[in-house]
Amino acid sequence: MTTDSKGGTTRRRVLECMSWGSAGILWTVAGGVPVARTLDAAPGHAALAEAGAFSFVQVSDSHIGFTKDPNPTPDATLREALGKIAAMPDRPAFMVHTGDVSHLSKPSELEAASAIMKAAALETFYVPGEHETIGDDGKEFFSRFAPRAAQPGGWYSFDQGGIHFIGLVNVVNLKPGGLGYLGPDQLQWLAKDTKGLSASTPIVVLAHMPLWALYPEWGWGTDDAAQALGALRRFGSVTVLNGHIHQVLQKVEGNVSFQTARSTAFPQPAPGVGPGPMPMQIAADKLRTTLGIRKIDFIGTKLAISDRALES
Amino acid sequence: MRKILALALAGGLIGFAGTALAHDMSGMSAMPIAVEVAAIASNAVTIDNFAFAPASVTVAAGTTVTWTNRDNDAHTITSTADPKLFHSAALDTGASFSFTFAKPGTYQYFCSIHPRMVGTVVVK
Repeated sequence: MTTDSKGGTTRRRVLECMSWGSAGILWTVAGGVPVARTLDAAPGHAALAEAGAFSFVQVSDSHIGFTKDPNPTPDATLREALGKIAAMPDRPAFMVHTGDVSHLSKPSELEAASAIMKAAALETFYVPGEHETIGDDGKEFFSRFAPRAAQPGGWYSFDQGGIHFIGLVNVVNLKPGGLGYLGPDQLQWLAKDTKGLSASTPIVVLAHMPLWALYPEWGWGTDDAAQALGALRRFGSVTVLNGHIHQVLQKVEGNVSFQTARSTAFPQPAPGVGPGPMPMQIAADKLRTTLGIRKIDFIGTKLAISDRALES
Repeated sequence: MRKILALALAGGLIGFAGTALAHDMSGMSAMPIAVEVAAIASNAVTIDNFAFAPASVTVAAGTTVTWTNRDNDAHTITSTADPKLFHSAALDTGASFSFTFAKPGTYQYFCSIHPRMVGTVVVK
């Protein structure tokens, strides 16, 4: 990040940001780090052609095995979502799936989901949702989807294009009455994993449940998220990508930006609207406007998030 | 009066208690129905709108308690004891799970998918 002697954003940087802004991207500056947001608008290809640029996509909450309204065929909508990714003119470097790939944790569902995802022929990094850790704490899930370098608990990190990616597990050993849970082993690993990194390293965290208290009454939060964020606060740019909520919601706290993604299966109500976080009923011809994927573009340390519905 | 009747009818759609009330409102004897309701309700727990109803049941030792999921999302019935005394698979809409409580005591459980959903079985 280029700054002037007073620690502010340089004029040149602001002009760069504005040039992206003209492409329909809203820029915000959080903790000195410019962050771009777009809604159903892609950054210009010229910008992506810059050296070092790369992009990846986020897919979430596919719920393979769900058979009810509003979407009795979530396999079909997942395939449509992957089709949208395949049709992107600039091929993403990889995919991330932020959990609830299955609905009931059944091996048959996990197998079916795995087959559909593999057909996309893109390297994919998964984190589990609570819908694939039922009964076996995710054993079946991890055996299929955990990267080889994952820790025994299923969490992991990797580096790509100068970005440090961290995949967290916050859906195992959930406590009665509680929210998402990371646990001391994972928190200790996280502190160790990030210790040697320069504060200017951009961090992207993948987790299923939100790491902010989005709506605790519906279980939309993580009990020990504050400890995890404590280990990440010194970094200039932290982006947390999660699922679980089945809708696009954003929050910025200092240098940390929290981004919840759409589902590929069904929408859920806005926080606190209605009796609970159940599948939201919606007319069949409107369903695809509520489902979608997310594309994340990096150019240097700049990050642009573009949420795209299956149908506008 | 019209409002009360409407409420009673709405109740009738969702449970035995409502049925009893509807009968009561129509002037029929409520007593035998109420007894039947108590007998059924004591070992049946339903899941509606991400909550166990009733959240606490009291049964005699040896009683089998049955939980039925009426939500459009999956839930589990998971003992909070360590090791777990009982743990259902994921219950899809309409699915049930039963467990027989042999010994007196207070048994807490929750939904391992939505851990804010908690319930209690008291065995006398």
